[in-house]
Amino acid sequence: MKVVGKPLPKVDASAKVTGRAIYADDMLPPRTLHCRILRSPHPHARILSIDTSAARRIPGVLAVITGADLPVKFGILPVTQDERALEHEKVRYVGDPIAAVAATDEEIAAAACDAIAVEYDVLEPVMSIDAALREPKDERIQDYGGPNNIHKLVALEFGDVEGGFAQAEIIREDVFFYQGNTHLPMEQHSAIATYLDGKVTLWSSTQVVHYVHRALSKVLELPMNRIRVIGAAHGGGFGGKTDPFAHEIIVCKLAMLTGRPVKCTLTREEVFYAHRGRHPVLMWVRTGVAKDGRITAMHFRTALDGGAYGSYGVASTFYTGALQTVTYDIPAYRFEGCRVFTNKPPCGPKRGHGTPQPRFALELHLEKIARDLGLDPVELKRRNFVQPNTRTVNWLRVTSCGLDECVDRVMQASGYATREKRIGHGMGFAVSTYLSGAGTAIYWNDMPHSEVQIKVDRGGVTAYCGAMDIGQGSDSVLATIVAEELGLQPADVRLVTADTDTTPIDLGSYSSRVTFMAGNAAVEAARKMRAMLVEATAAKMGCEASAVEVGDGRIGDFSFEEASVLAEARFGTLTSAGSYTPPRIAGPYKGSGVGPSPAYSYSACVVDLDADERTGLVSVNKIWIAHDVGRAINPLLVEGQVEGSVYMGLGEALMEEQTFRKGLHKWPSMLEYKSPTFLDMPEVQTFIVETVDPEGPYGAKEAGQGPLLPVPPALCSAVYDALGVWIDEIPVTPEKVLEALRRKSKGEPARYGPPMFPPIPYPPPIKVEPPPKDLDHASAAAI
Amino acid sequence: MKNETLRPVDRQVIALEVNGERTEMLLPVHKTLLEVLREDMGLTGTKHGCELGECGTCTVLVGGKPELSCLVLPIQVQGQAVTTVEGMAHGSQLHPLQQAFAELGAAQCGYCTPGILLAAKSLVETNPAPTRDEIREALAGNLCRCTGYSKILDAVSLAASRMG
Repeated sequence: MKVVGKPLPKVDASAKVTGRAIYADDMLPPRTLHCRILRSPHPHARILSIDTSAARRIPGVLAVITGADLPVKFGILPVTQDERALEHEKVRYVGDPIAAVAATDEEIAAAACDAIAVEYDVLEPVMSIDAALREPKDERIQDYGGPNNIHKLVALEFGDVEGGFAQAEIIREDVFFYQGNTHLPMEQHSAIATYLDGKVTLWSSTQVVHYVHRALSKVLELPMNRIRVIGAAHGGGFGGKTDPFAHEIIVCKLAMLTGRPVKCTLTREEVFYAHRGRHPVLMWVRTGVAKDGRITAMHFRTALDGGAYGSYGVASTFYTGALQTVTYDIPAYRFEGCRVFTNKPPCGPKRGHGTPQPRFALELHLEKIARDLGLDPVELKRRNFVQPNTRTVNWLRVTSCGLDECVDRVMQASGYATREKRIGHGMGFAVSTYLSGAGTAIYWNDMPHSEVQIKVDRGGVTAYCGAMDIGQGSDSVLATIVAEELGLQPADVRLVTADTDTTPIDLGSYSSRVTFMAGNAAVEAARKMRAMLVEATAAKMGCEASAVEVGDGRIGDFSFEEASVLAEARFGTLTSAGSYTPPRIAGPYKGSGVGPSPAYSYSACVVDLDADERTGLVSVNKIWIAHDVGRAINPLLVEGQVEGSVYMGLGEALMEEQTFRKGLHKWPSMLEYKSPTFLDMPEVQTFIVETVDPEGPYGAKEAGQGPLLPVPPALCSAVYDALGVWIDEIPVTPEKVLEALRRKSKGEPARYGPPMFPPIPYPPPIKVEPPPKDLDHASAAAI
Repeated sequence: MKNETLRPVDRQVIALEVNGERTEMLLPVHKTLLEVLREDMGLTGTKHGCELGECGTCTVLVGGKPELSCLVLPIQVQGQAVTTVEGMAHGSQLHPLQQAFAELGAAQCGYCTPGILLAAKSLVETNPAPTRDEIREALAGNLCRCTGYSKILDAVSLAASRMG
């Protein structure tokens, strides 16, 4: 391969280093109006009245809207259409939008928001999982779900769990807590809309133009062909810009009312309220293990603090139970999950969506089991690794799997097995897995998940795709693949992406899906184009198509430009298309849509740290990470994704937490919400493991999320190694370390973490037979 | 009702020298340098992440030193050379820092990049061969959520070595 596998600069690198990339807030067309949103100061209240008359009288105010102007509900999942762009009946968290103003400048818009009078009937807020499980004092947060403030309950059982526990040599139970945290993208969400000829155009810092398109159509009650959504240059998402947001709908409505461009950029404080970040999750896990360390059965319970609305929450709930079996071969598995509503900003998908929390619990739980059995934790985990080309007990199809190689790489490089044992120094180890895109769409349909078109015109190549580059480099991946197939360089390929008017559908940048899905669609489209160029060239050369070589800007005896002229003369307009639809591999049970992916990535991680027993401070010295990416289309970008994931995982493990006091966010600012700086980040050594997946483009799998997952458990494992105390909840703050040391010194369990898991009224589990052993045998052999 | 917004805003003529170009503008006295650069001068390469001086994203150089443009009023920088990311390249020739950031993948989403480039420019101009720890120290006020900082450290080191 000529360009695939090369560490080439991103195609948009120059635009980004010169400040010429245009982000949504950089746009300021003439006559732009500025929008500000009035938000609830109460975590839970009924709205009795909204008086906007004084705001409307302020000179410079052109429009004021409330929930009555946008009454149609929306939500990312079809089953939870529970949000309004503006609430006019009830507010459910501090920051819930109530009214919006369009004015000639931002200060006037802000003054107008201040002039809106809202009368509330303040209700008792529900601020914790425990409170949400109890009967509410005033009323429930949402009018669906239940009992009390429970949003969703799931219970699934695969195989003979009771029989599995009966065979176990030992059975262990543990409880863990993973605190919620937020994406903290450097770019505040921003959207700008125009309205002309009955048509709305929106530029937004979204990860998914298609889902915004759908939500706008629903709420604005306009056909999709009257709405155009364009992804502006993107200043960071990490999952936080995957929902359709109120401000995106509001600026469209205000543009329709005023006939002028309307822009809304959230303040940093508002970004904390937009949230959709990591769910706080309480977890209980019980595992049976045979004498040799092999798992015989597992029972996993989760309770998710969902915040005030559904968002992706139903999917998040299933994800807290789905992927345990994709790392370890668990012959019998029971999962019970529960999501509750609380009066906080809604939680949703953050890098790893619903899986870093159970990964944290599972890795530490297995490590404790190994110590109970007197086995090396690394060895115990290895004995239970899934094998390639197998089906898990919950029907998930594993194809390529580089777990063993990942472990070998970090073990060798870190010297974990021969580490220096002294108090205050420790090394910890963990593994993980993640999706290369969700195997099922968010709304049920039979259409492809990604589509690419290519146009060649007299030497020029343009690729069109709905995929949104959020900084991870999806544009570069598209250009690289098209260039590889057509014998060009990525810089030769023009790109049109993330524009619902001009590009075919891609479901967007979430669930680590773009390289796999848009990549496969691009391969198909490019190969069709290549075939036309080759056929025309072969005809001119008077040879067989198979004799025409493609590469280095040439097609056979001709330059690419000459070949494109020959092909256009022969075929007319040169266009080609490719699409990707994931294989239908979901199991035969309700809820099986969450978890299947065409391929899984694997990671292994070792953390080396010093932990001070006097101060409880943890200082990370170095992290080794190996990631099975299938094939690195661009190793430079893969390393960037892996390093960024490790960084974000370390932030979650050590300091990041979204917490509340009396209904208020404790620290909605970048100073007080702690995230790692240059000074906090240790050296990271990255190993790219290539297993060449049979279905990925050139064998590629995901890179952008999986490597976050092993970092928090590896860090806690290292803290135990250093100080002999278990910190069973993150972030690992000095206070928690000191409290665990105090308990240890008093002869209590040497642990800091949740004491128990609450009683939750899970329904009886749906019992699912494990898949037949040879289910994929024929298809695997065919690959 | 009391209506503050009807009162005329205090304005003053301010002379600025940005990227070597001199301009005079009539500006509301409370408008920050960040806002003036982005909204009045069209220099949108300077980004913002908090507008409270917490994230480093809006860093520009004033007299060669990094300043947070969200905390600076234009009147404070009259008579001093202001440099934004638009002023780094020589014509179409990228500055060595920009070149190294592009080559090594130090810009992912690119949103923190202008601020970090300018803070790094100030560093390498005062310390032509910074160690990794010196780079960390100089850039500690600039947050980045994408890269994990590794590639940025590599890029600043590479650029410094090329410039030296």
